[in-house]
Amino acid sequence: MAGSTPASLSASAPAAAPAARKAQRFSPWHEAWRRFRRHKMALFSAVALFLIVFGVLAGPFLWPVAINEIDFAAKLQGPSWAHPLGTDDLGQDLLARLIYGGRISIAVGVAAMVVAIFFGLLVGAIAGMSSGRVDAALMWVTDLFLSLPQLPLLLLVIYLFREPVKGVLGVEGGAFVLIVAVIGGTRWMSAARLVRAQFLSLREKEFVEAARALGASKLRQVVQHILPNALGPVIVVATIDIAAAIIAESTLSFLGLGFPSDVPTWGSVLRDAKDYLDIAPHWALFPGSLIFITVLAINFIGDGLRDALDPRRVL
Amino acid sequence: MSAPVSAPTAASAADTAKPLLSVRDLRKHFAIRGGILSRVVDKVHAVDGVSFDIEAGETLGVVGESGCGKSTTGRCILRLIEPSSGEVWFQGADVMKMNHAQLQAMRRDMQIIFQDPYASLNPRLTIGAIIGEALTIHKLVNSRQALEDRVVQLLETVGLRPDHMRRFPHEFSGGQRQRIGIARALAVEPKLLICDEPVSALDVSIQAQVINLLEDLQEQFGLTYLFIAHDLSVVEHISTRIAVMYLGRVVEIAPAAELYDKPIHPYSEALLSAVPIPDPTVKRKRIMLEGDVPNPIRPPSGCHFHTRCPIARPDCSQRSPVLEEKRPGHWAACHYRD
Repeated sequence: MAGSTPASLSASAPAAAPAARKAQRFSPWHEAWRRFRRHKMALFSAVALFLIVFGVLAGPFLWPVAINEIDFAAKLQGPSWAHPLGTDDLGQDLLARLIYGGRISIAVGVAAMVVAIFFGLLVGAIAGMSSGRVDAALMWVTDLFLSLPQLPLLLLVIYLFREPVKGVLGVEGGAFVLIVAVIGGTRWMSAARLVRAQFLSLREKEFVEAARALGASKLRQVVQHILPNALGPVIVVATIDIAAAIIAESTLSFLGLGFPSDVPTWGSVLRDAKDYLDIAPHWALFPGSLIFITVLAINFIGDGLRDALDPRRVL
Repeated sequence: MSAPVSAPTAASAADTAKPLLSVRDLRKHFAIRGGILSRVVDKVHAVDGVSFDIEAGETLGVVGESGCGKSTTGRCILRLIEPSSGEVWFQGADVMKMNHAQLQAMRRDMQIIFQDPYASLNPRLTIGAIIGEALTIHKLVNSRQALEDRVVQLLETVGLRPDHMRRFPHEFSGGQRQRIGIARALAVEPKLLICDEPVSALDVSIQAQVINLLEDLQEQFGLTYLFIAHDLSVVEHISTRIAVMYLGRVVEIAPAAELYDKPIHPYSEALLSAVPIPDPTVKRKRIMLEGDVPNPIRPPSGCHFHTRCPIARPDCSQRSPVLEEKRPGHWAACHYRD
C-alpha cells in the first residue's frame, strides 16, 4: 500500500529511489567484498592461493605419478619433461610429492586455525561477558600460555604423546591430530585477547543496551549482537593463523617431529633436501617457494580483509 | 541528606490516581578502584538521591549540564544500570525488587530511545530484524508473516516505508535511524518511554521532525515520556513538567510554563538565562555562573550548588536543602528562595 507512495516524512525523495534500490543489495558483507576487491595485492593473492589449493586437490588426477616410486637411475635430476620439478635422492618425483605434501600442510594449517580460533572465541567470549574473577582467571591462563616457550613445548608434547596417539588413530592420522592439537593449542591466546577486547567494548554499545532493554537474554545478546560485530578482526587473525600454522608444521617436520619420514609434507621435503643444497638446489627451492608463496598470499589476504572489514577506513 | 518524605507530584490537590512511575531517593555511585588490590578508593556520585513522580500521559523533561546524572537516572529506572540504592515504583510494583521474570514482563511496558542514532542500531542486522527482535523475544507474533506485517505497521507509524525493512542501518540518515530506534521501542507497545537526549545528535531541522513524531505518537498511543535533554528550548516545547538536575540531584521541578516564567532555584535561573532568544532587540540579563561544575567524586558539602551560587550564604555549605513545594506544584531545593 504505502510501498509505491513514500510516506511524506521519510527522507527518500522519488529521485533517490533508483539509487536506493541498487544499494538495497549491499549488506555489510557485500560491502566488505566490494572493498576487498579494491585491494589489488589481496585479490592477486586470493587468486594465487586458489590456484595452489586447487592444484594440491586436483593434482593427483592431473599428474598421476606415485609419490613413492623409487628410481635410482633418475635420482637428483633437475626439472625435465618427465619430472617437471625434478627428483630427490631416491629418484622420487618431486611434483607428485609436493602435491601430496601441500594437502597435508594446508590441511594442518586450516585445522590448526580452526582449533585456535575456536578456543580463542570461547575463552575470549566468556572472559569478555563475565567480569571480575572469571575474567581475571581466564586472562591469567591466557598470559600463562603466552609466556610458555612454544617450540620446546611442542617438542615435549609430541615426544610424550606421539606413541599413545599413534596407537589409537594410526600413524598418519595420529600425527595429524597431534600436530593440529599442539599448534592450535599454543596459538589461541592472541585470538582470545582480541575477542575479549572486542566483547568488552561492544557490550557497552548502545545497540546491545537496547537489546538488554528489550529483554534479550545474555546468549541472544552475544549471538545476535556482539559476536557478528566482533568477527571482522577475528577473521583477519584467523588467516594469519593459517600461515603461522603452516610454518609451524614445516618447522616440526624439518626437525623430524612431524609426520613419519616417508610421508611428504612441504616441511619434510625441505628437511630432506638440506643435505643436497649444493648439488640439487631445486629440491629445496620448490617446497621453500611453495611455503613462501602460500604464507605470503594468506598474509596479504589477511591485510585485505582487515582493510575491507574496518568501516572507518575509506576505500 | 534525608529523602524528602513527600515527593513532588503534578496533582497536588486531587490525588486520585497513583503516578505511573515514582522514583524515590535513587542513588548510583560508581566505584573507582585503584591500588594493587583494586580496592574502592573513591566513588563518583552520578545520581545522588533523586525523587520524582510521572503521571500517566504526561511528559517529564529532565535538564541539566552534561555529567549531572540525567542519563544514569534514566538507565537506573530501566535497570540497565543497577542503582546503588533507592526505589523505583512502576505501575504499583517496585522495579528494584523484581526477579528476572518480572523484569522481563516490565520491559514490555518501559522502553528507551537512545541519543546516538549511529551507535544504537546493530550495523549487521536489517531494519526488519532490529524492529522485529522484541516481537520474537516476547513472543508477540506466532508466524513469520505476522512478524513482517507488524514490522511494516511499525515502520509506517514512524514515517518510514515498508521496503526499508530489508535494508541495513548504514543506508539511512541520522533522522531516519532515530525513527527506526523509536519503532524498535514501540514494538512492545510500552506505556513509558525514556527518551535519552533523542534529538541532541540531529540537525535542527530534523530535530523538529522527530519531536513532532514523538508528540504525535504520544497522542496516538497514550504514551508517557521521561524526556532527557540538555537543550532547554526542546524540553520546553514537549514537556508537561520539567525537572532541573545539578550534580546528581533534582534542584527544581515545576510545570514547564511556570519554570520558564518564574524559576525559583538560582541554578534554573542561570540555565534559563542561557537560552538564546530569537529576537535581537530583546535585552536580557545573562547570569554567568562562575567556575566549573564541581567534581562529582567529591561533591560540595551541604547544597551542591553553593560553590557557584550567586545568593549563597555561609550555612549553605552546611545544610543540604530538600525539595519543598514552594508554590502549588512547584518544588525547589533552596534555603533562601521562596
